[in-house]
Amino acid sequence: MTSATVADERVGRTSTLTRIMKRPESGALAAAIVIFVFFAATTAAFATPSGASTWLRGASTIGIMAVAVALLMIGGEFDLSAGAMTGFTGLVVGVLTTQYGLNIWVAILVSLALALVVGALNGILVMRTGLPSFIVTLGTFFVLQGIDLAGTKALIGQVAIQGMTIVPFYDQPAKIFGSSVSVNGGAVYASVFWWIGVTAVATWVLMRTKVGNWIFAVGGAQTSARQVGVPVFRTKVGLFMTTAGAGWLVGMLLLFTTSTVQSNTGVGQEFIYIICAVVGGCLLTGGYGSAVGAALGALIYGMVNQGIVYSGWDNNWLRAFLGVMLLGAVLLNEWVRKRAETAR
Amino acid sequence: MTEQAAAPRKGTTPLIEVREIGKRYGNIIALRDVSTTVLAGQVTCVLGDNGAGKSTFIKILAGAHPHTEGALLVDGTERHLSSPREALELGIATVYQDLAVVPLMPVWRNFFLGSEVTTGPPPVRRLDRAFMRSTTKTELAQMGIDLRDVDQPIGTLSGGERQCVAIARAVYFGARVLILDEPTAALGVKQSGVVLRYVAKARERGLGVVFITHNPHHAYPVGDRFMLLRRGRSMGDFPKSELSLADLTSMMAGGTELESLAHELEETMGGDIAAEMKAELP
Repeated sequence: MTSATVADERVGRTSTLTRIMKRPESGALAAAIVIFVFFAATTAAFATPSGASTWLRGASTIGIMAVAVALLMIGGEFDLSAGAMTGFTGLVVGVLTTQYGLNIWVAILVSLALALVVGALNGILVMRTGLPSFIVTLGTFFVLQGIDLAGTKALIGQVAIQGMTIVPFYDQPAKIFGSSVSVNGGAVYASVFWWIGVTAVATWVLMRTKVGNWIFAVGGAQTSARQVGVPVFRTKVGLFMTTAGAGWLVGMLLLFTTSTVQSNTGVGQEFIYIICAVVGGCLLTGGYGSAVGAALGALIYGMVNQGIVYSGWDNNWLRAFLGVMLLGAVLLNEWVRKRAETAR
Repeated sequence: MTEQAAAPRKGTTPLIEVREIGKRYGNIIALRDVSTTVLAGQVTCVLGDNGAGKSTFIKILAGAHPHTEGALLVDGTERHLSSPREALELGIATVYQDLAVVPLMPVWRNFFLGSEVTTGPPPVRRLDRAFMRSTTKTELAQMGIDLRDVDQPIGTLSGGERQCVAIARAVYFGARVLILDEPTAALGVKQSGVVLRYVAKARERGLGVVFITHNPHHAYPVGDRFMLLRRGRSMGDFPKSELSLADLTSMMAGGTELESLAHELEETMGGDIAAEMKAELP
């Protein structure tokens, strides 16, 4: 085997820079640096510890979802119910504890179980019917949205959970999901650590494990993957359940950071996750992308979201900015894909 | 042209034997009454024109679509293959026309796709990337493909190279039966020759090969047994000793049909074209 492990002399030495440039997340990394420098230079509050604390917190919950959605997109599917799921899981815990006095840990587990069931349902429906996941999860999105709005109102007569902090043992999960540590006078919330952890685990799974190989394969060429014995059904259903599980995690983070959750929480965010994943280098057609890229996409979103506020501009410019980023990223990704698919 | 069930040679159990096998999709009869055998160290060619039922036949052997009629015997035991994985576990590997590769993934990831080698204890069980990279490189080198970089996306390789990666992959993973679905269909003359050489190489290694093609000129030099399909039915299953290339070609082209076509043309268009056509017929 020695001859094989020796580098082939015909392969020209590629510089580290070229190798970094070829990674799917390099575009997002460059954009993130530019945006950070821009707002740090033009606004006073942006690069302070308390300023950074705010945009990091905003980026973290989006980032966790973006990473899960990126895995799903690499696997060739979409999940439009991901946003509504973050509200749904928080509401389940809120309603079960404040209204029905259920133990908070039991409520958290019930919420997780429900999320995973919905995720599995999404996956099974997509795989069994062969319908596009776009349509199937659009359906689940509306169902969840309806339950969030109408169900909450019917059960507690309000549109937001109140009185979470007086629920027995509230401080236990709050420590895990909602606490913060002070770094240089700026608070770093638990969600930021969860975000980093989720990104690290997702990257490891994607690049270093069997399952990661399968995710790329089912997204890149599903029939081929099936033919060589990749368990396509399990992989895809697992991905939908992962996205739903991430929705649950973010639901908990939102609930225990703010001690409340609105019945419309998360609605409209599903496209933000997809945009972050695409900005991070994911192909809309599947089979290519990265978890770190999606996390960087969320970082860009968080920075711009807050930077616009610090700059004193109209908040709605964020939308226009996201649109431009999305289009730019899609064009860049297409170009990268074409280069990868044709002979050198 | 009787449909004879091929008698296995004495003392050797065929790797695969199909007896009057058939497949229906609802009320569509895609295949019926097909019988043949695949022996170790032999190439069984399945010939047929488009829509003859070749794909259905492969899908049955590969475990993609289980058969609905007849019997499929692997090593003498009757089986109903319900998934590609099941077929693989029995040592039946299929190299599809689209090669079952994922274009954007590196060559080495494609080579081990579905049979990844891992290392480490369960919570941190990970891909053994160094092993898979070097194995891919050496296995391909043994098949005569000298790749510069196993990290390049497999989509960047030529059609013949990809075909050979797929064959090398099947051989490496202990295939005893190799099913090749039109491996030469999309290739030029030279690349076809390369692929046919690997078919012969696989046979020398003692593999049973099922070679599906519509080209009798590719089938005849490497084949030991020929099964012809037309319109979902078997036109017979012959050992090489009972069949010449000329017989094979005429059966493939539907000899009698061509003769009658030549006759019709003679009546309507005068003799020249018809004479040319007749000259083409063996």
